[in-house]
Amino acid sequence: MIDADELRRRVRDLLAEHDPATTDRIDLLRARFDAGLAWVHFPPGLGGCDAPRALQQVVDTEFDAAGAPDNAPRSNVIGLGMAGPTILRVGTPEQQQRFLRPLWTGEEIWCQLFSEPGAGSDLATLATRAVPDGDGWVVDGQKVWTSLAHLARWALLVARTDPDVPKHQGLTYFVLDMDQPGVEVRPLRQITGEAEFNEVFLAGARIPDAHRLGDVGEGWGVAQTTLMNERVAIGGSATPRESGMIGEVAQTWRQRPELRTPGLHDRLLRLWVETEAVRLTGERNRQLLAAGSPGPEGSASKLAFARLNQAVSGLEVELLGEEGLRYDDWSMRRPAETDFFARGPGYRYLRAKGNSIEGGTSEILRNIIAERVLGLPAEPRTDVDVAWKELPR
Amino acid sequence: MSEPTTRDLLYGEVEDDVRASARKLLADRCATDAVLARCESDEPYDLATWRTLSAELGFAGLLVPEADGGAGASAREAAVVAEELGRSVAPLPFLGSAVLATSALLACKDSQTCPQGRAVVRELLAALGDGSRTGTLAVPLSTAPGAGFPDAVRATGGCLTGRVGSVVDLDVADVVLVGATDEDGPALYAVDLPGSGATRHPVVSLDLTRRVTDLELDGAAGRRVAGAADAEVALHAALTTGAGLLAAEQLGLAEWCLDTTVEFAKTRYQFGRPIGSFQALKHRLADVWAAVSTARSVARAAANALATGAADTELVVAVAAAYCSDTAVLAAEECVQLHGGIGMTWEHPAHLYLCRAKTSQLALGTPDGHRATLAELANLPAT
Repeated sequence: MIDADELRRRVRDLLAEHDPATTDRIDLLRARFDAGLAWVHFPPGLGGCDAPRALQQVVDTEFDAAGAPDNAPRSNVIGLGMAGPTILRVGTPEQQQRFLRPLWTGEEIWCQLFSEPGAGSDLATLATRAVPDGDGWVVDGQKVWTSLAHLARWALLVARTDPDVPKHQGLTYFVLDMDQPGVEVRPLRQITGEAEFNEVFLAGARIPDAHRLGDVGEGWGVAQTTLMNERVAIGGSATPRESGMIGEVAQTWRQRPELRTPGLHDRLLRLWVETEAVRLTGERNRQLLAAGSPGPEGSASKLAFARLNQAVSGLEVELLGEEGLRYDDWSMRRPAETDFFARGPGYRYLRAKGNSIEGGTSEILRNIIAERVLGLPAEPRTDVDVAWKELPR
Repeated sequence: MSEPTTRDLLYGEVEDDVRASARKLLADRCATDAVLARCESDEPYDLATWRTLSAELGFAGLLVPEADGGAGASAREAAVVAEELGRSVAPLPFLGSAVLATSALLACKDSQTCPQGRAVVRELLAALGDGSRTGTLAVPLSTAPGAGFPDAVRATGGCLTGRVGSVVDLDVADVVLVGATDEDGPALYAVDLPGSGATRHPVVSLDLTRRVTDLELDGAAGRRVAGAADAEVALHAALTTGAGLLAAEQLGLAEWCLDTTVEFAKTRYQFGRPIGSFQALKHRLADVWAAVSTARSVARAAANALATGAADTELVVAVAAAYCSDTAVLAAEECVQLHGGIGMTWEHPAHLYLCRAKTSQLALGTPDGHRATLAELANLPAT
C-alpha cells in the first residue's frame, strides 16, 4: 500500500517537471491526473494510484503548499462527488477513459437529471421516457432542481425505458450530452429571488447507446450508487468552532449590546450548544471514516444541519430588529454556488428553508434512519408490485 | 480556551474491553428486574456488586494512579464505565465515591496549604480506589462546577458544624469530604461515618437508584486535607470531572431507552402491524437516535478533554453536560410515551430511567446553568 511519504515524493517529482509558476493551469491538472495524483483512491490510469482515501489530504496539501492550482472542486460538485464515482463503479473502460480526465480537471462540468415535477421524494416514479432509436435512444421529459445545468457539458440522467414493469425495474441510467438541440435549460427562480437551479426540458434529445451507464432496466441500482456517494461527499472537512451561521450571530451579539434581550440570549446559547455538538459529531464521523468504519451518523448530521441553519438564521433576523425588516436584493441572479455568507440575514433565512428539502427531505431522512439504522419495519406499500403505467399520479 | 488540534473521539481497544467486562457483570448482577426489586428493599444500594466491580475490575479506582493503589486509567475509561452504569441504572456509588470524592482527593494530593493532610489523602485514595471504603463529596447534588465555595459548614479546631442537603451516595459512604470555612478560610476536611457528631438524615429521593441524603454535622471531628486555594481548586475539579462523566452516564441511559423502545416498536402490534412501521413513531425514534449519536460525540469530547487536560476542558464539559442532560430526558420521556400503557406501570423499568434522567439533568448543574457558564467562556454576555 502506498504511504504518505511515497505520495509526497511523487508530488515533488511531478512538480519538478511542471513548475506551477510557468505551467498552464489545465496542463498541470492534466499532468496531475496522468500521474495518478488526482483522486488517489482511484485506480492507476484513471487519476489515482489505489492509495487509501484518507491520504488525499496529504496530496492536496503538498500541491497547495507548492502554489499549484486546484481543480476548483466547488464548481463541479456533481461531477466530482457523483459522476466520477458512478462512472468508476459501473462505467465501461471506454466511458472511464472518455469522461474521467476532463471531469476531474474541471474542463467539463456535470449536472444531474434526476428529480422531476412529479417525482421528488419518490424518485423511482419518474416519467421522463427514453425510447430506443437506431444505435441510441431518444429522450422526452422534464427535469427540475438541476444545479449547474446551464454550465454543464454532461448530465447524469435516469429515464424510464419500460413503463410496463414496476417502477423500480423500468429505469435506465445514461450520460446525456447537454450541448444539443433537444435540451433546453431554463432558470428556476427560488423564494430568495435568485436562480441557483434550472428546469431542463428534454424534447427528442439523443443519446448514443455507448453512453448508457449499466444495463437497461438497472438504472435504480446505479442511481443508488450515485446517491450513496452524495452522502459521503457531503461529509466535508474539519470546521473550526463557531464557523457557519452561528458565527455570524455570535459576532453580531458581541458587537451590538443594544440588541440583547434575555429571551434571545437563551435561544442563542441553546443553538450555540447544539451547533458545537453537531460540529463535534462531524469531527467524530471523520475519525470513524479515517479509521475505516464509517457509521450511519452522517444522516443525523444532515438532519441537524438543516434544523440548525433554519433556527439560527431565524434568530439572526429577529435579533436585528428594524434591520431585520429589510432584504438585500430580490433581483434574479445566477450565483455560481450557494454561499450563505455573501448575502444578508434575510437571504440566509430564506435559503436555509431548502436545507431540509434538497438532497433528501428531513422526513425521508428520518424514514431512512428508522428503517436502515434502527431496523424498524417499512410502511405497507401499494406501489411496488404494480406496473409503473398503472400507478395513480 | 483554544481548541486542541487533535482529539480522539472514538473508543480504543482498551475501552472496548472495559465496556465488555462492565456490561457482562452488570447484566449478571444488575439486571433491570433485580434493580427494580432492590429499590424498595432495605438495601437499596448493591454494595456486594460494587465490591466485586472494584476488586475484580478496578472500577472504583479507575481515576486513581497505580502508584496510589488504583487502576491508573483516565477519564476516557471512566466514561465508558459511566455509560454502562447509565445503561443499567445500577444502584452503585460510582458517582459519589469513584468520581466526586476521588477527584477531590486527587486534586489535594500535592496540597501545599495542608502538608499534614497528604498522608490522609493517600490513605483515602487507596481505600476508595480498591472499594474497601466508599466516599462522597458533601455538596447538594445540584451544585454546578461554577458555584462558589460552600459556606454551610464551619470548622473550629478540627470540629465541623453545619448542614448540607441532598448529598449523593451519602447513604452508603464511609467517609465524606466536606468543604468548610475554618480559621484560615476555605478548607476541605474528611469526616468518617458513622461518627460522633455526624448524622445522616434520610430523605425520599426522586431517583430510587441513586439516592440523596442530608448531612448534619454538630462538632464532628474532621481531618483537614486541603486549605484555601487548594480546597477551592479541588472542589471545582471534582465538580467539573463529575459533570463531564455524568454526561457519559446520560449517554448510556439514553441509549438504553432508545434500544428498548425500538425493540418494543418492532414487536408491539396495533392496527394489524408493528407500531414501529407508523411514520409518526418512526420519526420520533429517528430524532432520538440522532440526539443520541450527537450526545456520544460530545460525551467523548468531554471525557477526552478531562483525560488530556485540554485547555478548553471547561467549555467542552459545559457543552456535554447541557446537551447530554437534555438528551437523556428526551430519550426517557419518549421511552415512556412510546411504550404506551406498559410504560406507565411500576413493573416496567422505564420509570427508573425517567427518574434517573430527570434528576441527573439537575445534577452538577442544570442545562441552563451550563449554558450560563458557556456564555462567559465563549464571550456571549447576557447584557
